[in-house]
Amino acid sequence: MSTANAATARRAADIVAQEPAARKRRPIKSFYPTWFFLPAIVLYVVFFVIPSFSSFYFSLTRWSLFDAQFIGFENFVQFFRDPQLYTSFIHTLIYAALTSGSKVILGFFLALLLTSPILGRGYLRAVIFFPVLLSTIGVGIMFKSLLDPFHGMVNAVLGFFGLPQPGWFTDPNLALYTIAGVDIWKGVGIATLIFMAGIVAIPNEYFEAARIDGASSWKTIRLITIPLSKGATATVIILSLIGGLRSFDIIWATTGGGPGFTSDVLASVIYKQYQAGFYGLSTAGNVVLFLLVTVIMVPLSYFLNRKPVEL
Amino acid sequence: MFARRTASRIAAIIGGTAMLAATLAACGSASGSGSTTISLLAGGNDPVNTKFANDLATAFQKENPSITVKVETRPGGTDGDNLIKTRLSTGEMNDVFLYNSGSLFQALHPDSQLQPLTDEPWAKDLTDDFKKTVSTDKGLYGAPWGTTFDGGIMYNKKVYAKLGLSVPKTWDEFISNSEKIKAAGITPVIQSYGDTWTSQLFVLADFANISAQNPNWASDYTNNKAKYSNPPALAGFTHTREIFDKGLMNKDYASLTNVNALKMLATGKGAQYPMITSVIGNVVQSNPDQVNDIGYFAMPADSGDPHATVWAAFGAYIPKSTTDDKLAAAKKLVAFINSAKGCDIQNSVGTPAGPFATSACKVPDSAPALVKDELKYQDAKKTGLALEFLSPIKGPNLEKILIQVGSGISTDKEGAALYDQDVKAQAQQLGIKGW
Amino acid sequence: MTPKRTRVWIVGVVAIVVSFVVFLVPFAFVLLQAAKTPAEASNLAFSWPTDWQFFPNLLETLKSNDGVLWRAILNSSILTIVSVALMVVVSAMAGYVLARKKSKWGPLVNFFVLAGLIVPPAVVPTIWVLKGLKLFGTMPGMILIEATFGLSFCILLFRAFVGNIPRELDEAAVLDGAGPVRLFLRVVLPLLRPVVVTVIVVQSVFVFNDFAGPLYFLPGNHNVTVQLALYTFSGQNLSFYNLLFMAIFLITIPPLLAYIFFNRQIVAGMTSGAVKG
Repeated sequence: MSTANAATARRAADIVAQEPAARKRRPIKSFYPTWFFLPAIVLYVVFFVIPSFSSFYFSLTRWSLFDAQFIGFENFVQFFRDPQLYTSFIHTLIYAALTSGSKVILGFFLALLLTSPILGRGYLRAVIFFPVLLSTIGVGIMFKSLLDPFHGMVNAVLGFFGLPQPGWFTDPNLALYTIAGVDIWKGVGIATLIFMAGIVAIPNEYFEAARIDGASSWKTIRLITIPLSKGATATVIILSLIGGLRSFDIIWATTGGGPGFTSDVLASVIYKQYQAGFYGLSTAGNVVLFLLVTVIMVPLSYFLNRKPVEL
Repeated sequence: MFARRTASRIAAIIGGTAMLAATLAACGSASGSGSTTISLLAGGNDPVNTKFANDLATAFQKENPSITVKVETRPGGTDGDNLIKTRLSTGEMNDVFLYNSGSLFQALHPDSQLQPLTDEPWAKDLTDDFKKTVSTDKGLYGAPWGTTFDGGIMYNKKVYAKLGLSVPKTWDEFISNSEKIKAAGITPVIQSYGDTWTSQLFVLADFANISAQNPNWASDYTNNKAKYSNPPALAGFTHTREIFDKGLMNKDYASLTNVNALKMLATGKGAQYPMITSVIGNVVQSNPDQVNDIGYFAMPADSGDPHATVWAAFGAYIPKSTTDDKLAAAKKLVAFINSAKGCDIQNSVGTPAGPFATSACKVPDSAPALVKDELKYQDAKKTGLALEFLSPIKGPNLEKILIQVGSGISTDKEGAALYDQDVKAQAQQLGIKGW
Repeated sequence: MTPKRTRVWIVGVVAIVVSFVVFLVPFAFVLLQAAKTPAEASNLAFSWPTDWQFFPNLLETLKSNDGVLWRAILNSSILTIVSVALMVVVSAMAGYVLARKKSKWGPLVNFFVLAGLIVPPAVVPTIWVLKGLKLFGTMPGMILIEATFGLSFCILLFRAFVGNIPRELDEAAVLDGAGPVRLFLRVVLPLLRPVVVTVIVVQSVFVFNDFAGPLYFLPGNHNVTVQLALYTFSGQNLSFYNLLFMAIFLITIPPLLAYIFFNRQIVAGMTSGAVKG
């Protein structure tokens, strides 16, 4: 890195040297002009800050996009009174915890596997990561076919071995968990990748020392790998929790929140209320999601980032 | 070095912009020349609705070579409702769209969203009943397509004959028939939650029975007085749940689609299907030889005197966002639907399931057996309009709530209470007084 | 063979077999379905097509529904190219100044950048703003939205990377008389090349695969993007599973190409950006 920088520095200096030399000097600070922020700020304020702040007002109204009638907290009352709405809140929590937890555990062990010398490592890395780049809608349709209760391949195989053949996406008690499974299938690659980066960055001396002390491989993992890849763990938890709490595409592509409301999450409820023309209620759902994400993520990221790695 | 890289980057951006400009130009030129292109949104995406829209467009273009009609299909049920609401409120609606009349039409805010068609020449041919279902105080907004039709139970006559069953009048008879059908190894009641809208029939098609018991129910409902949580309206929810509890449904109820359910009924694999009769056209296409094996009876009532619930014909509408040349072309297309050629297409594709809503079209003599069953109720004056033509309020989540009830997730009472909430939200959003 | 070597071998073989079943069989299923006749595909069975129809299906898919897939590919390309270009320019400028300048606004800007990563966008109010600007349902509006939503991630990447460029370089350039714009364009931006490539690749995949964005902000049949087209297609063509899976296969190609050619940048972007966040 440093040699590369030196080289580019020299090159840059050469180029600058070719410029007409005698210009009036200005203080160096003005060379980082504040207006460089301007395009970013304009985009941010117009398309992110204004909508976010105005959502607090519109969530208190009955809204038709043309006129908004102020109704106080009625939308929120309705949100937490209607079973079809508040179950989405519970589902969101279950879904986020499940996908995030699984990605952390699976991702960690896959990363261990893929950083150890095994056969076909390059192939395995590629194949585990590739689903991350796929279209969620495509993945959803694919799994809907594979997990079709009557014609799908998975149930055909289960039936062959005399095992029960569940209605993966159609059983009310199962749909949410099936979707979480597909989400994990698609997203575990990125968790694995981050853990791999974390594990590779651990200095080799630690493992050497453990080997000399005769520590078992499980003990090495517990005492060295896990504590020293804490940064990676924090990142995976934060990223997958944010993703899980906001998840919409995969749910919409597979069950649309059904059967009934059994796999509805906040994001799908927001969309459905929007579609039905209940803009105020939809925005209230957005505010609930916003508060939920903030209440979970802010303390969590503070806690995860603060804790130093102890040895 | 730097210059080359910057130049290539700029070139990339300019290239992107040029592409954008090119597509914009392409869009512009299509409407700029002498011909006009309008788009038609079909009334669904099942074979009948798709074919109807396509045939209509083809025949219309033959008569009007300067107008091109592009057909687009859409989902049925709530998904379709929502798509239409979204397109209208965002100004993206097709130039002509085919959609329900009655409360679903009212929910579109016709006065601000649709082009009035009050003064069109075909308006005088419409029946007064139909005019009400596509009008507001300020004007008429829709032309009819298709006939009126009934909701209730479609059943396989051969299965009934083979097992020696007779058409049930009370709910208990319906259940005992179903048990016998089950014992014979045939699916007694077909449910097809793969198309979510089909879950609603036990409730919606029971409405004529409710009206028969209490003629003021619809206005009480609109005025926030009558609720689904109470009898007689609760019955529809109770029935939906009972079918599940007694194991009278097909195994794949959660994923079966409407089209496949109809195949199941036509071939006698299933015996009874709570449905609207307008879908019979799909059987004409998929199982032409078995169309006349399918019959109809009204939703059995506890009173033992069942009434057939009647739906008015659907409407063809033009949104406010369609103007100038396109508006003229769109009006021509709407008028064409009830011209002589248009009536032919309605009869050949749509399969009449009742009388037309305009004097311009006539029902042909060859109609499916099921139509004769429907006429019996009409002749006996044992019919009633569906709720959606008597009240502007229909909650958007009925189909999902009934899937909850019909899959054993919620009880009938819970489902009805849930739907009452849903109705309240819709009434408030519509700004109806007394909510 | 030593016991250790044997274990390495066995674990590898087991892992490969498992990965085969879990990851490759689904892809194979897509390909096989895409090559079948409609009747055969509707069985959903994992079987070899008796009548290999790959290319006819390919043409059929591109032609179906008035060539909607072509239009979708064009729209998605425009959306991806322009919004990512915008993102790169805007966030490089912001990330650069953010890394260099210690101002009292710094913490506030940092706060908003992080908020942009975490906070779910307020959907209907965003539509309201877009409508107010007459940008709702238009390609320019969608481009600006995608650019905004990707900004946080890009600014973080650029800020981290600029931090590694020695400040002396700027000073040398300034002493030699370069103005701020020239300094940025000619000295800093070229040094950012690796991170620019990373941003382009990663964000292109994101924007190309975005479903919810166009679903909300870009309605209308003529504006359809590939993800929306695929979703609509899946609702309409229940009797044409072969074409549906062909469509899935087709829209998998761009990310596949990106992965083959820019594997390193994607991995770098996804991990480094993440770790910094």
